[in-house]
Amino acid sequence: MKSERRSVTGFVELNDIRLAYGPGGDGTLALDGLSMTVKKGEFAAVVGPSGCGKSTLMKLATGLIRPQAGTVEVAHKEVDGPVSMAGMAFQNPSMLPWRTTLKNVMLPLEIVQPHRRRLSRERAAYEALAEDLLTVVGLKGFGDKFPWQLSGGMQQRANLCRALVHDPELLMLDEPFGALDAFTREELWQVMRDLHAEKGFTTILVTHDLREAVFLADRVFVMSARPGRIIVEREVSFPRPRPIDLTYEAKFNDIVHELRAHIADARAAA
Amino acid sequence: MTDKWIKAAPWIWTIGLFVVWEGVVRAFDIAFFILPAPSDIWVATVKYWPVIWTNSLQTLFTTTLGFLLAVVGGLALGLAIGWSRAIYAGLYPLMIGFNSVPKVAVVPILVIWFGIGTVPAVLTAFLIAFFPIVVNVATGLATIEPEMEDVLRALGAKKLDIMLKVGIPRSMPYFFGSLKVAITLAFVGSVISETVAANSGIGHMMLAAQSQFNVPLVWAGLMALAVLGIVMYAMMAWLEMRMTGWAHRSSRG
Repeated sequence: MKSERRSVTGFVELNDIRLAYGPGGDGTLALDGLSMTVKKGEFAAVVGPSGCGKSTLMKLATGLIRPQAGTVEVAHKEVDGPVSMAGMAFQNPSMLPWRTTLKNVMLPLEIVQPHRRRLSRERAAYEALAEDLLTVVGLKGFGDKFPWQLSGGMQQRANLCRALVHDPELLMLDEPFGALDAFTREELWQVMRDLHAEKGFTTILVTHDLREAVFLADRVFVMSARPGRIIVEREVSFPRPRPIDLTYEAKFNDIVHELRAHIADARAAA
Repeated sequence: MTDKWIKAAPWIWTIGLFVVWEGVVRAFDIAFFILPAPSDIWVATVKYWPVIWTNSLQTLFTTTLGFLLAVVGGLALGLAIGWSRAIYAGLYPLMIGFNSVPKVAVVPILVIWFGIGTVPAVLTAFLIAFFPIVVNVATGLATIEPEMEDVLRALGAKKLDIMLKVGIPRSMPYFFGSLKVAITLAFVGSVISETVAANSGIGHMMLAAQSQFNVPLVWAGLMALAVLGIVMYAMMAWLEMRMTGWAHRSSRG
C-alpha cells in the first residue's frame, strides 16, 4: 500500500502518518492519518488551530522524529533519520552569543558536506557568500556584531540567513516571524518572497498567521485539531512576484476568510 | 559621586570592621586569649612572619594542586554526565551520596592510605572541590536550547558536532563560574586535612599555636587564610571575566 502512494512529483511526501508522544508511542496522539505532498520548489504553508501538531510536522519532515505508522519521503527517498540538508528557522532565533553574526550565519557550513570539507581552504569565498546573504536581508555591515547587539527583527533576519547559507533544497520555517512587530513582519515576508524566487528551494512554513500563509505560499494546508491531519488544501494562485499591497485587496482577504472559516470549523469539531 | 562610594565601599567596610573590633576590645578590656585586638594580631603576624609564610606556601601548594586535579576531573566527569543521559542517571545518585559525606570524615581514611602530610591535604581539596565543577559543566551541556539542537540535527550534525559547536562553549561560563566556588572549597579541604593530619600548613600551624596557648598566632593564621582566600577568589573571578566576557554583556552596557 505504501508503494502505491509514491509519486514522482512530490519533493516532500507524508503518507498516512500516525504519531503519538509518550513512552512507546501510546501517549497523546499528535497526528493521525496525515498525508500531504509538497512539490519541488513549491512554497507550502501549514495553518491550523493551536496545539494541532504543526511543529511536530516540521520534525517529521526533517527526520528528527519517526512516525509510528506511515511513511515520510524527501527527494524520493524514505526518511529514516535526520535529512542532513534542511535549513530550519524557528520563532526563537537561537543565535549563539559567543559568535559574531557572520560566524553564526556560517555555522551550517561547518556541519554540512561538501562545505565542511572546503570551509578552511575557501574561507574567504564562503565569508563573502554569507556577507552577500546578510546584505540581501538588510544586515549589511552587521556581520561582526554579536547577536545580542542586534534587535529581535535583525536576529530573525540573521536566523533566515543561517537557514539558507548552505543553499538547502528544503527550508523549514516554524513561525519565524511570530514574535516580530507588524511592520518588520511584512518587511521580512518580502525578503522571504524574494529569496524564494531567487533560489527556488522547497519551503514548508508553519504559521498561525493566515495573511502570512496566503501572501507567501503557493498552497496552504489546513490542519484539524489534535490529533492533526490535513482537512483542506487550498491553492493560492496569485501571480508572482506578489506586491505587499496585495494583502489589502479583496480577493486576498477572501482567501484569508475562507481559511479562517475552515479553522473555526476545525476548532468547533474538537 | 555614587560610583566613587561604591568603589571605596569594600575598603571602608573592611577598615571599619577592624576599627570597631579594636575599639570594642579596648573599651571592654577583653583578655587577649579570648579575643585579641587587630593590633595584637598584626604584631603577632610581623613577629611570626617566617612561620606564617612557609606554612602559607604549603597550604597554597596543596590547595592549588587539589584544585587543578578537581578542574581536570570535574571537567571530564561533567562532560561525560552532560553527554549521556544514561551516564547522568547512573552517576548522579552516587555523586549526591558522595557529596553528602563531610570530607573531614574522609581524612582518616586518606591518612591510613597515604600517611599524614601533603597527599591527604591535596586529595581532600580535590574531593571537596570537584563536585561544583561537575554539576556546573553538566548543567551547561544539559540546557542546550532544543531549537538549536533541531537546527543542527536537521543539517546532519552528529552528537560530537553539537557538543563541540554548542554544548562546550555554552557550558564555559558555568565552568568558569564554578571555579570561584571550587577554589574556596579546595582551600577549606586543604586546611581541614592539615588540621587533622599534617606536619605543616596553616591549619597545622594554628593547631600547634593553640596547644601552646599562642592565641594571637592562631588569629594571625586565620587572617592569613582570609587573605589567601580573597586572592584566590579574585584570580578566578578575573579568569572568568577574561574567558567568558560574552556571557556578562549586561555589566558592560
